[in-house]
Amino acid sequence: MKSPGGLHLKTFLLITVMVLFGPLGNVLLGKGMKRIGAVSVGTPAEALAFLSHVVTSGTIWLGIGSLIVFFVANILVLSWADYSYVQPASSIAYGMSALLAHFLLREVVTPTRWMGVLIICLGVLVVGYTPPRTTESR
Amino acid sequence: MWNVALYFLIICAGTGGELCVSRAMKVVGEVKDFHPAALAGVISRAMRVSWMWVGLALMTTAFFSLLAVLSRENVSVVVPVTALSYGAGALGGKFFLGEQVTSRRWAGVLLVCMGVALVMIGRNP
Repeated sequence: MKSPGGLHLKTFLLITVMVLFGPLGNVLLGKGMKRIGAVSVGTPAEALAFLSHVVTSGTIWLGIGSLIVFFVANILVLSWADYSYVQPASSIAYGMSALLAHFLLREVVTPTRWMGVLIICLGVLVVGYTPPRTTESR
Repeated sequence: MWNVALYFLIICAGTGGELCVSRAMKVVGEVKDFHPAALAGVISRAMRVSWMWVGLALMTTAFFSLLAVLSRENVSVVVPVTALSYGAGALGGKFFLGEQVTSRRWAGVLLVCMGVALVMIGRNP
């Protein structure tokens, strides 16, 4: 199990891409879905109407594009690092999501909720201090 | 009730999908060349691993569940709740991928779950 600087650097860079584009995608999707309104998919007709709204929304497409960037960075980093390391390490994105929701969507984020995000990030830091790779590399 | 079912799908299908994708990428091997042509080759090789398709199907299920729940709830509530997938992720990493999930890593997972509980308590301003 080796942990050279190069491995850490490319892991850090790709996780940074994930942290930026994951929350951005979620916020754009949130904005797009709020415009569509509450969804009911109980019948095929309702499901079709839902899909129609989704594929005609530019905001949702931007969100999907951001999530594709996130996904590519995610699969690349998973080619060498543990899933149980990458998943928590990238979850600083939760704090980023709350910030974006607060400032871009003007959602109310209560102090209790901020505290929750803070504790989530603390948990992430604890997990982040474990070795990034515990299985043999191919 | 709808929301509970959707959260369940987001967490279980989402984490299961990521675990399958992770398994597929371990089959592909460590990416060392980041030129566009090389990356296209990596993605092409990954798409020939069946775990990738299982993972994508599960993640697609989670994605549409996320869209549905986002139409009902605020982003700042929905996204942190999905942090519950850390428990599922740590279990999956240990038993499905053979990773060593140490007590420190479990402690981090516990903190994340506590944070999620606080987010839920604080959802109504």
